[in-house]
Amino acid sequence: MDRYAEIAQHVQNGYSERARKAVEAALAEGCPAERVLKEGLIAGMEVVAAKFKSGQMFLPEVLAVAGAMKAGMELVKPLLVAARHEPLGKVVLGTVRGDMHDIGKNLVAIMLQGAGFDVVDLGTDVRVEKFIDAIEREHPDVVGMSALLTTTMVHMKTVIEALKQRDLRAHVKVIVGGAPISKNFASEIGADGYARDAATAVDVVKELLNSR
Amino acid sequence: MRKRFNSLTLGADALLFGVAGTPLRRNGVLIGGGKVLPEIKFTLPPMSIEDTPAMEIEAMYREIVTAVCERAVHLGQQSVVVEFELLPPMTVDPPMGESITSLIAGILAEFRTSHGLQSLLRITPVDIREQNKPPQRRRGRETELLLESFRRCARAGADLLSIESTGGKEVTDQAIMAADVRGILFGTVVLGCADMEFLWEKIVRVARETGTVPAGDTACGIGNTAMVLADQGYIPRVFAAVVRAVTAVRSLVAYEVGAAGPGKDCGYENAILKAITGLPMSMEGKSAACAHLSPVGNIAGCYADLWSNESVQNIKLLAGMAPVVSMEQLVYDCRLMNVAAGRGEGRRLRDWFSESDAGLDPQAFILSPRAVEALARAIVSEQDDYRRGVAVAVKAVDLLREGLSKQHLLLSEREQEWLTRIEHTVSELPSDSMGFIAEERPKWKDHVNYGEYGIPDDV
Ligand code: B12
Repeated sequence: MDRYAEIAQHVQNGYSERARKAVEAALAEGCPAERVLKEGLIAGMEVVAAKFKSGQMFLPEVLAVAGAMKAGMELVKPLLVAARHEPLGKVVLGTVRGDMHDIGKNLVAIMLQGAGFDVVDLGTDVRVEKFIDAIEREHPDVVGMSALLTTTMVHMKTVIEALKQRDLRAHVKVIVGGAPISKNFASEIGADGYARDAATAVDVVKELLNSR
Repeated sequence: MRKRFNSLTLGADALLFGVAGTPLRRNGVLIGGGKVLPEIKFTLPPMSIEDTPAMEIEAMYREIVTAVCERAVHLGQQSVVVEFELLPPMTVDPPMGESITSLIAGILAEFRTSHGLQSLLRITPVDIREQNKPPQRRRGRETELLLESFRRCARAGADLLSIESTGGKEVTDQAIMAADVRGILFGTVVLGCADMEFLWEKIVRVARETGTVPAGDTACGIGNTAMVLADQGYIPRVFAAVVRAVTAVRSLVAYEVGAAGPGKDCGYENAILKAITGLPMSMEGKSAACAHLSPVGNIAGCYADLWSNESVQNIKLLAGMAPVVSMEQLVYDCRLMNVAAGRGEGRRLRDWFSESDAGLDPQAFILSPRAVEALARAIVSEQDDYRRGVAVAVKAVDLLREGLSKQHLLLSEREQEWLTRIEHTVSELPSDSMGFIAEERPKWKDHVNYGEYGIPDDV
């Protein structure tokens, strides 16, 4: 088994310590950080994400895998930053104003991170200004909003309108989700994407970034 | 002062829908006195409360409550319970919640006079103490606002005071996703029970001052979060079943400090609480599918003194507006249960409810009358909250293991693996709470403000 496959395997098994050691060894042998990331860490996580999506794995198992991936990432990240490696993409996430439901959003964050995206989680009860500030500061490729209440889902539109007013709309893709949200609602308010679950959210983000 | 239960009020044979050990009588409505009554709930359609004039919001509630009462009258239903579940802006702004409560109470009074429809109004403010991270459960301004919301709604015509309190959730949210049984115990019985004691002493006081009934709480944020995640295939069902059993320890505290029922609908742990306290309980099942899916649609009916739809938004369906549709479904469900009971065949229907769900999902399995009695006994065999939590978790795992080995319960291989894992974890739990708290505390220190739970900094 080559180094990359070995890393991927440890990630898949959720073995943090082994994954970290394998990454360390790979880097010491001169394997490029970018390949360690893509062919090792992310490749391992992708297998797991697919199993999770098809219902063959539970979230706690995925969390263990995410832990292993993180252990490896910690070694790779400084090298990637130094090499000015462009990350896959950055996503700013938050649950909209007045809404404290966050489990669904947290799941989306976990899956996106697992797929190699940088995620900035703004938490719950996120007001328009906070979304705007974060977008101006972080320059994300995508902003994701979650709402679980019929009386808070409408705030998604307010954020999109604010983005337009600040001339930010063209720079960032908007995705939305949560129990009361539908594909129709998403297009009505002018969002670029909708996903009914966390695994699909990853696909949607990838599609949006590819179509740029 | 908290008075801890140390025995059961109702055993498996006595557990039946419509029948409580201590029925509740108020304003011509009898709950748990032999008949199951519908408890109707509703919420607003997509709209911003902040940006809509108060008059428009009130008009919407007027329309909903009038329509559901009309349907009840049309179907010959004589008593109903209506729940007004406040939304966050209505709790943060107590006069707003007050004025909607008063409006609903007014409509109910009109229907009482004009159509003889007897009713009670339950109000449920939102637990807004979470606005801060970590949440300020005791000292924050939100705690004051929350109690003010209770006071105002109580004075404005509410009969029953309830809440879905969230004490301990800052730990359980993560523990659920990680299927971490120890985290569940720490969040639910260590933090959760401490918070319940604090909060419910205050709610009971408000009830006393206002002549209303302190009804009950639910560990919705713990038990139902786990249930919904299990339903979506994210976490094992056996884990969600153990979580449910443990939540009973937390919800019980309300009754130990003076709550009198009916327990709040979304607490499926109410089955266990009915066995312990004998107080009437509201339950939701198949007719709450408008709100969320569940594996316990029929079995929940075994224990219902009130039968609820959990909440539906006011949108148009082919038959009519959704809350009206819900009212009709609830009325028909209640009629069937009440006829069965009236003919002395309530037990038979109850057993059908139970049998039709219990073998298919571990969360249903632990809600069969026999399992409920066993879980209730495990809880009252201990006095300390942590020990109760351990006892009921161990019992839940034993019941599932037994069900599996006798082939009364179907479990996939993956589920069986998790059952073994959980079995292992619960068998290794420390026997005393001090030891357990000392082990868990440091893990969660970034998420919990321990002072807000009255837990000293060093144990
Ligand atoms: C668990 C729960 C809670 C927990 C929340 C715990 C937490 N940390 O989030 C607690 C108890 C705290 C809670 C509180 C309340 N709740 Co609540 N809650 C639920 C429940 C049962 C499940 C939600 C959940 O966690 N699901 C599991 C996750 C995994 O699913 P999900 O959130 O849908 O997320 C998935 C997808 O939607 C998608 N997704 C989600 N977000 C995003 C974002 C993006 C960008 C993308 C692409 C995808 C995506 O991916 C996720 C993963 O697959 C729902 C029922 C329901 N039908 O959803 C009610 C529900 C949402 N709650 C409801 C209500 C009324 C409340 C309260 C007002 C009750 C009260 N009076 O106290 C408060 C409000 C609190 C607040 N200020 O927001 C109502 C809403 C009614 C309405 N008006 O709209 C519901 C529908 C139940 C009902 N019918 O009564 N609740």
